Amino acid sequence: MTAERRRALMPWGIFALVLVVLPHLPGFGSGYAVSLLSQMGIAVIFALSYNMLLGHTGLLSFGHAVYFGLGAFVAMHAVRWAAAGLWLPIPLVPLVGGLGGLFFAALLGWPSTRRAGTVFAMISLGIAEMVVALSYMIVSFFGGEEGINGDRTKAPSFLGFGFGPQIEVYYVIAAWCFASVAAMYAFTRTPVGRMCNAVRDNPERAEFVGYNPQVVRYVAFMAAGFFAGIAGGLNAINYEIVTAISVGAATSGAVLLMAFIGGVGHFVGPVLGAVAITYLQVSLSDFTHAWLLYFGLMFVLMVLFAPGGLAGLWFMHAPILRAGLGARLIGPYARAVGPALVLALGAIIAIEVNYRVSTRPDLGTAFEFAGIAFDASQPWVWLLAGSLAAAGFWGMRRGLGPAFERHASLMAEAKGGGAP
Amino acid sequence: MTAPAIRLSDLRKNFGATEIIRGVDLEIRQGERHAIIGPNGAGKSTLFNLVTGRLAPTEGRIEFEGQDITAWPPYRIARLGLARSFQVTNIFPRLSVFENLRCAVLWPLRQGYAFWRMVDTPADVRERTHEVLGKIGLAARAQVPAGLLSYAEQRALEIGIAIAGGARVILLDEPTAGMNRGEAERAVALIREVSAGRTLVMVEHDMSVVFDLADRITVLVYGQVIASGPPAEIRADRAVKEAYLGEAAA
Amino acid sequence: MFDLIVLSVFNGLIYGLLLFMLSSGLTLIFSMMGVLNFAHASVYMAGAYFAYSLTPYLGFWGALIAAPFLAGLVGAAVERFGLRHVHGHGHVAELLFTFGLAYLIEEFVHLVWGRNPLDQRPPPLLDFPLFTFAGIDFPAFKVFMIVVALGMFVALWLILTRTRIGLIVQAALTHPHTVGNLGHDVPTVFTLVFATGSALAGLAGVMGGIHLVTNPGMAQALGPIVFVVIVVGGLGSLAGALIASILIGLLQTFAIAVDASLADFLRLFGLQVTRATPGWEVWSITLAQIGPMLPYLLLVLMLMLRPRGLLGSRDS
Repeated sequence: MTAERRRALMPWGIFALVLVVLPHLPGFGSGYAVSLLSQMGIAVIFALSYNMLLGHTGLLSFGHAVYFGLGAFVAMHAVRWAAAGLWLPIPLVPLVGGLGGLFFAALLGWPSTRRAGTVFAMISLGIAEMVVALSYMIVSFFGGEEGINGDRTKAPSFLGFGFGPQIEVYYVIAAWCFASVAAMYAFTRTPVGRMCNAVRDNPERAEFVGYNPQVVRYVAFMAAGFFAGIAGGLNAINYEIVTAISVGAATSGAVLLMAFIGGVGHFVGPVLGAVAITYLQVSLSDFTHAWLLYFGLMFVLMVLFAPGGLAGLWFMHAPILRAGLGARLIGPYARAVGPALVLALGAIIAIEVNYRVSTRPDLGTAFEFAGIAFDASQPWVWLLAGSLAAAGFWGMRRGLGPAFERHASLMAEAKGGGAP
Repeated sequence: MTAPAIRLSDLRKNFGATEIIRGVDLEIRQGERHAIIGPNGAGKSTLFNLVTGRLAPTEGRIEFEGQDITAWPPYRIARLGLARSFQVTNIFPRLSVFENLRCAVLWPLRQGYAFWRMVDTPADVRERTHEVLGKIGLAARAQVPAGLLSYAEQRALEIGIAIAGGARVILLDEPTAGMNRGEAERAVALIREVSAGRTLVMVEHDMSVVFDLADRITVLVYGQVIASGPPAEIRADRAVKEAYLGEAAA
Repeated sequence: MFDLIVLSVFNGLIYGLLLFMLSSGLTLIFSMMGVLNFAHASVYMAGAYFAYSLTPYLGFWGALIAAPFLAGLVGAAVERFGLRHVHGHGHVAELLFTFGLAYLIEEFVHLVWGRNPLDQRPPPLLDFPLFTFAGIDFPAFKVFMIVVALGMFVALWLILTRTRIGLIVQAALTHPHTVGNLGHDVPTVFTLVFATGSALAGLAGVMGGIHLVTNPGMAQALGPIVFVVIVVGGLGSLAGALIASILIGLLQTFAIAVDASLADFLRLFGLQVTRATPGWEVWSITLAQIGPMLPYLLLVLMLMLRPRGLLGSRDS
C-alpha cells in the first residue's frame, strides 16, 4: 500500500472506528444517547443524498422528502411482509427502502430534471405537494392520518440478532451510514459524478462535450432518491412507524437546512450539518419552544454571511491554523464575537419572554429561564433585553471590520509563507 | 472521393422577422483549414451555432461527413466528432483546469454516464488530459479553479476544451479575440499544431491570422456567402474588397 | 343545482381574486428580479396580523391603509438589507434566503401573536348581506373584496402603462438586463417594486384575514398556490396573473363541490366498477378529494409543456 493510498483511506478508517466505538464511550451509552446517535446516522445519509442534488449538481429541491418518505413507506410494508413470513431480515430492509426511493425518483425525475434553477425548484415543490395530497387519499399504502406501523422484532432474526434493543438498530444504521457515505463519496469520483459538477457549472458547455445535461441530472436525481430511500428505510425500522409527515414540506425543509448549514460546497459539509442540526433539534426542543425560530435565524444569517456553511467556515480558517497563526486571530475575533454573544443574549431574552407571553398566556407572566426568575410584566426585563441587544450590536459592528482584516492578512500570510 | 466534412445547403435562420442567415451554401472539405470572415453582424457566430446545434435552422440542411444533422441537439453532434469553442469564454468556472479538460475527454474515451468506475482509473483519460494540458501551456495551473484564470489563460483553456476530445472537425469562434500580439501568436501556433490532420473551421477578425492559417476563406456578408476560395483569390476579389477588406483597411 | 353553481362561481371568484392580490405583486417581483419570493405569502400573513393589532386603535379603515403600509416597509427592508446582498450569489441563494425568511416570519408570528387562530370580523359598515340571488345571500364584505381586487388591477395597469416608473418597470419585465444600461437606478426600482408587491400582499392579508381565518398556517396554505398562479399566468403578465388566479380559484371551488369519482364517471359508460375491482381505492377517489392536488398538477404540466405560461412574454 502506498503512502498516498494510506492517507486517502485513513479518514474512512477513523470514520468506521468512530461509528463502532461511539455508543461505548462514557456518556454515550444511555438509551437517550443511542437513539440520538441513531437519528444522526439517518440524518447524515439523508443530508448527503440531498447534497448530491444541491451541492454537486446545482439542483435546489423543495421536495426531497418525497423519496425519503416513499422509501420509508415501502420499507415499512416490507417489515410487515417480513413479520408475516417473508424471509427479509431487518438489515436488508433499508435496501428495499432505497429501491423504493430509486423507483419513485426514476418515475418523477425525468420531467423534473429538464431544467435546473428556479424551474426545477418549482417542479420539485409541485410534485411534493401532490404526493402529500395523495398520501391522505390512498389509505392502503399510506395508512391515512395515523400512518402505518410494523414490528421489527417479528422479522426473521439475522445472525442471532432480533433487533429489539436500540443498540442493535444503531449498528444497522451505522453500517448503512458507512456504506452509504462511502458510496456517495465514490459517486462523486465517477465520470458521471464529475459531469454533475460540470452540468452545475455550465450545462451548455457540457452539451458541447457530448453530454446531455438532462441525463446527467436524471442520474444524479435517481442516485439521490436511492440514498434518501435508504435513509427512509432506516427511519422506518428505527421508529417502527411512518406517517405522512415524512413526505411533507417540513421534512424537505429540514434536510435543506442540514445540508446548507453544514455547507453544500464540501463533501463533508452535510455530515456536519446533519449532526449539528439533529443534536440541536433534540436538545433545543427540550429547552425552549422557540427552537424553530432560532433555526430560522441561524439559517438566514448563514445565507447572508456564511454561504459556505460550517464546512466553508472551517476551510476559511484551516490554512491559518495549519500555518500556526491561529493565536493571532483570537484577539480581533473575541472583540467581534464577544459583543455578538451579548446581542444574542439580548435577543434570546426578548424572544423567550415573548414566547412565554404569546404561546402560554395561561401560565401567567412570571417564569424561570436559565435559572433566573423573570416576570414579563416588569418593564426592566424588556429594558435589559433591549439594551443588551443594542450594546452588543454596536460592539459587534466595531469589531467586525478589524476581524475580517486580520483574517484576510493572516490568510495571505499563510498562503505566502506556507509553500515549502 | 469522401464526403465533405460539413455541407450546408440553402441554410436559413430567422429571428422573428429578421433574417440573419439568408440561404448559405457551403462545403468544408476534409482536412482543410477554413476561415469564415465578414463584418460584424454578418451572421458568422449564428452559422456556428446552427452547425453545432445550439440553434435550429429555419430552413435548409446541414450535413456532417455525409450524415444529415439538421436540428440535432448539440450533444449528439459533438459525439459524432465535431467540437467547438466559443467567442465568449464558456468554461466550467468552479472546476479546476485539469477537470475542465477531463470533462472534454470523457465522452470521446467512452466513459459515458458510468457510475460504476472511478474517473481516475482509466489511464487513457488521465494521459490525454495531461497531454492537452501541456499543449495549451497550463500544466502549472492544473489545479487552479478555471474561474480564477487570467483572460488569456481562459482563452487557451477554451481552445483546449475544444481540441481535447480529439474531434475530427473543430470549429473555433474567434480564438484570438482580446489577445495581445504575443498571446495571439502563441494561440496561432497552438491552433496550427492541433489542427494537423483535422478539419478546422474558424471565425476570425484578425486578417493576419486568417491569411496565415487558412487554406480557404469564405466571406459572409449579411447572411450570404459573397466569395469562397483560396486566400489569394479572396485577396483579389473585388466584391470582397468593397464589402469588407476596404472597410477594414480604412 | 343552479344555486350550487352560483355559489361556487361566487366563492371561486373571491378566492381567485384573493390569489390575484398576492400573485400580482409576486409576478412583478419574479419577472423583474428573477427572485421567486418564498416569503410573499408570509408577508400576506403578516398583513393580516398587523390589521388584527391595528384595528382596535385605528378601526378597520385605518388598518386597511396602515397594515399594507407596514407590510411595504417590511418588504423594502427585506430587499434593501437582505436580498440585495445575496443577489450576487445567484438565484439559488436568493431562493434559499426567501425560504429562510418565510420560516422566520412564521415563527415571528408565533412569537408575537401565538399559535391560536384569531377571530377577525368584517367592519359593521360591511357586515350585512348586500343582495340575495338564487336564494343565496351575498355578504357586502365579499363584494367589497371583489371591488378592491379589481380596483387594484386597474390601478396597477394604469401605473404600468401611463407613468414613467411604470414604463421602466415594464422595460425591466421584458429585458431585465438592459434597463440598467439606460441609466436608471435599478436598485431603487427593485426596492420600490419589492415594497409595492409586499404592500399589495399586506392588503390581501387584511382581506384574507377576515375572509378566511387569521392563523399562523395561512401563509403555508396559500403560498404554494400563488406560485402556481404566476407560473400558469406567465412571467411579467398582470393580465395572465388575473386570468390564472380566477381559473385556479374556480377550479378549486368547483372540484370541492363535485363529489364524483372516476368510478362514477366510468359508470356513465356502462362500466361497472365496484369494491371488487382491482385498484378500487384509486377509482373511488372523488374529485373533491383531488381538488387540493389540481393546482400542482397544473403547475408541473405547465412547466413541462409551456414554461412561458398562458400570457407570458418569456420563459421562466
